[in-house]
Amino acid sequence: MFGKKVPLSGRNKQMVKIVDQPEGYEGQGFFATSLDKVIGMARANSLWPLPFATSCCGIEFMATMGSNYDLARFGSERLSFTPRQADLLMVMGTISKKMAPILKQVYDQMAEPKWVLSVGACACSGGIFDTYSVLQGIDRVIPVDVYVPGCPPRPEQIIEGVIKIQELAKNESLRRRNSDEYKRMLESYNIETK
Amino acid sequence: MEQDSYGMVNIQVPAEHLIEAIQALKAYEKAPVQLLTDLCAVHYPDKAGKELEVVYHLHSLTQNLRLRLKVAIAQDAATVPTLCNEFAGANWMERETFDFYGVKFEGHPDLRRILNMDQMDYHPMLKQYALEDETRDDKDDQFFGR
Repeated sequence: MFGKKVPLSGRNKQMVKIVDQPEGYEGQGFFATSLDKVIGMARANSLWPLPFATSCCGIEFMATMGSNYDLARFGSERLSFTPRQADLLMVMGTISKKMAPILKQVYDQMAEPKWVLSVGACACSGGIFDTYSVLQGIDRVIPVDVYVPGCPPRPEQIIEGVIKIQELAKNESLRRRNSDEYKRMLESYNIETK
Repeated sequence: MEQDSYGMVNIQVPAEHLIEAIQALKAYEKAPVQLLTDLCAVHYPDKAGKELEVVYHLHSLTQNLRLRLKVAIAQDAATVPTLCNEFAGANWMERETFDFYGVKFEGHPDLRRILNMDQMDYHPMLKQYALEDETRDDKDDQFFGR
């Protein structure tokens, strides 16, 4: 079932790649593994991104979602334009100081578990906009999991960032979001923990 | 006082006569002014007593004639009358000028910040403030001239 290449029937005998099977015990009619691994695998391969695109990095993201690069190949077919149903917040572009509270509210509205991908120099550090009106990196208002540098980064780099997020999702312990360490981290950003 | 710059007429007007001047230009039969194209300010920190200059760009659409009105004011008493009653479009432009230069428009119906965040406690285009963000920490001052 897992990890095997399934031959397609028909004229094009291409191979379809399927996600590797997690470690576990297998016998006739059963397969046993830890819940962490199964859930991690499921989460990692069905991340629903919320694109928060404000400028040129957003254009690169459109290319990433397009047929040439196709982020859907990595299980992120379904973009969520409501934070309530999103797992991955992709911030792409310059965030002005006036927009910072809105970005924070969007992050607040996302349900756990949630990840944040910061795409491009502006989202990571303010980029060339070293000025009074621009937030000098989104990590000043929300925690960031993966940074993608570039001005703007190419779609390959954005995909690389998403793959890194997938690795985080795959290897995260199920108790992490309940840990005191995680709560302290959120509190350091003045984000309310329930 | 009149002077010509780049083919456009410049008129210096004292703040107390601004409304009068605008009304006269609107009523002027040969070239009635119908449009306030732009309203902005300039900061000249070295001109004592006239640190701020509010600039009004006016346009007579029927004659296709443009002119500039300038009002010089002191920075510590930066107040000019509002043009909201003459041109409805002045409302947001005056808010922008207030936002960036701190010029107070007397009689404006809703004079608050429009572009910058509400919590900002200064007027960023005044030249005594740095354009760069003070909280940025990945730039070495020695190389970036701060």
